Amino acid sequence: MKTFIATTFVALVALLATPAALAAGGSGDLQKANVDVSNQASLQRGARLYMNYCMACHSTEYMRYNRVGRDIGLTEEQVEQNFIFVTDEDGELVNPGSLMKNAMTKDYADEAFGVTPPDLTLTTRIHGEDWVYTFLKSFYIDEDRPLGANNTQFSNVGMPHVLWELQGWQELVEDDEGNERLELVRSGSMSQSEYDRAVRDLVTYLSYMGEPMQLDRQRIGLYVLIFLAVFTVLAYFLKKEYWKDVH
Amino acid sequence: MAGNPAEKWQGGLLGWIDARFPLSQMWNEHLAQYYTPKNFNFWYFFGSLALLVLVIQIVSGIFLTMFYKPDAELAFASVEYIMRDVEWGWLIRYMHSTGASMFFVVVYLHMFRALLYGSYKKPRELIWIFGVLIYLVLMAEAFAGYLLPWGQMSYWGAQVIVNLFQTIPYIGPDLVTWIRGDFLLSDATLTRFFALHVIALPLVLILLVAAHIIALHEVGSNNPDGVEIKKNKDENGIPKDGIPFHPYYTVKDIVGVGVFLMVFAVIMFFFPMGGGLFLKPDNMIPADPLVTPELIPPVWYFTSMYSVLRSVPDPFLGVVAMGAAVMMLFFIPWLDRNPVLSMRYRSFAAKFNLAAFVVAFVVLGWLGLQQATTMVSEMSFRWSIVYFAFFFLLWFLSKERSAVFSLVAFAVVVGIYTMYDISRFDPSDASMILWSWLIPTAHLFVCMVVPVFARGLGRDRAVPERVTS
Repeated sequence: MKTFIATTFVALVALLATPAALAAGGSGDLQKANVDVSNQASLQRGARLYMNYCMACHSTEYMRYNRVGRDIGLTEEQVEQNFIFVTDEDGELVNPGSLMKNAMTKDYADEAFGVTPPDLTLTTRIHGEDWVYTFLKSFYIDEDRPLGANNTQFSNVGMPHVLWELQGWQELVEDDEGNERLELVRSGSMSQSEYDRAVRDLVTYLSYMGEPMQLDRQRIGLYVLIFLAVFTVLAYFLKKEYWKDVH
Repeated sequence: MAGNPAEKWQGGLLGWIDARFPLSQMWNEHLAQYYTPKNFNFWYFFGSLALLVLVIQIVSGIFLTMFYKPDAELAFASVEYIMRDVEWGWLIRYMHSTGASMFFVVVYLHMFRALLYGSYKKPRELIWIFGVLIYLVLMAEAFAGYLLPWGQMSYWGAQVIVNLFQTIPYIGPDLVTWIRGDFLLSDATLTRFFALHVIALPLVLILLVAAHIIALHEVGSNNPDGVEIKKNKDENGIPKDGIPFHPYYTVKDIVGVGVFLMVFAVIMFFFPMGGGLFLKPDNMIPADPLVTPELIPPVWYFTSMYSVLRSVPDPFLGVVAMGAAVMMLFFIPWLDRNPVLSMRYRSFAAKFNLAAFVVAFVVLGWLGLQQATTMVSEMSFRWSIVYFAFFFLLWFLSKERSAVFSLVAFAVVVGIYTMYDISRFDPSDASMILWSWLIPTAHLFVCMVVPVFARGLGRDRAVPERVTS
């Protein structure tokens, strides 16, 4: 067995050369979102931003209004008054137990943007929180685009810079060494740090949206692990007791 | 009539059952009087753990089936419904997705144990054959199940694998249409994969597992020393190195279950995506036949075979090579004719061969996740040679070979792929072809040439009469 382990070890060392030879370039630098899904205030601020700026175009169609309200600490009335603006076939406002299929129609979206705005329920799970955070901070003025804005994280994106009145406008500039970076040329209603926090709140809300049970999952997981640890220790002593007479 | 209460019980319900069904007999044959070598080590946990994962998958799968909708229009949303609206649905779903990967982890380790201690050798060839069949069915089961969430990776992963059959001459295109049940991957494909995944394949799997265990209990377990314990029996006919499976190994396996479930729980509760290996972020996008993802790597447990496929430039020959990579497993009991079972007593060359095989399997697995560049293809090709050379060397190392035979055989085998290298030689890739040539050549050199000059490294050791410790 020892020889075998030693042989495997030698072979693995030899193998280390292979990935090094293959190492590929990484994706663009992402800024850290540092979201905290347990922060209810942040979730509520994020939800408010989402309702004001995102939900007219983007659905979160796998989620229900009242579930969001319950999870982020809002009453049923608050949910009805602040979240629900769409009606069913009969012209009645949809009930709070409905799925959040609130976006514009596909035809309208195609006409306005050329693409259908994607559903955002799972967006942080698809792209990662850091990507969404960086994306929302990476819009800049580009007169060549139909809606006047482009994005360094997602070039030629169909989406306009919806948050411009908060962030202001950035331009893509090139420094002496030829590195491109974004520079704020017109300030919005928020300072840069306020805008960072707002985007963080929004990403926190979207992260919650992607996996609304994530806190439950971790909390329960801890109890399960404690139980299993105790179980395993007891099982070990039981085994030792039984095996006393095996020589 | 009074008598001892225990006897009364024996004559009571149990006696009533035993007169009609061999309950006590089965209990004794398979547990209480099934004598097992006393020297099992860490590697022997994985058999019972594989059984545990099978049960976890069946039970969690039953609950998923209650809420999942096998319909291309509804499937994706029904998975999110399970994740959000079904009480404890997320737990059941993560249990099933984690269980799928853990099934392969456990099965791979279980198979490695068999290679390590020669558990496939006479008289256990059929146990091994049943095991390889289980592995085959498990791959089909995992493949069918992966389509069901109907995400982008489900769809395009299935597309890639189904299209492999397209490369078969003459019947390929018709065969693929027959498999899909349509001219493209569609609702018809989803519903038949669902049927295969939830009933057909699990049924076969359970029957094969039963056959695997019955065959094992017929001949008895091997052990880390590869010593046949039935050769040393006491006056009652009980193997001197044997202990009853129950209670000794039942209590021992429970410890293994505890540790395994902790690993399982850490993944399930804290890293359900497994860093993108167990669940892929791209699979959170609903299937879209019009948008092909940039990179379509198979799930990690298929990537080694996938690398073998990609290492061959011709698509059909690639499929043949991939099939051969799995099918070779069936022949192991007849390739390796060395009478020494356990690696403990095998030569350095034999140990090196197994280690090279493990490394090749892992490296090929890693390569299968990468974008196909020239370097990735070249590495896949070289490590595929190592993978197949393992089987050849199992046969070659069956006995001590003469110096002349060893050198000639070495020259022939190295010559085969060197000829191919010459035929494809391209000056712009010269250095890559040359240095990567060293990888399989070093493997063959250590196992075939080194023992010619250092006889001790090619010589197996004496196997003890009784198990050690």
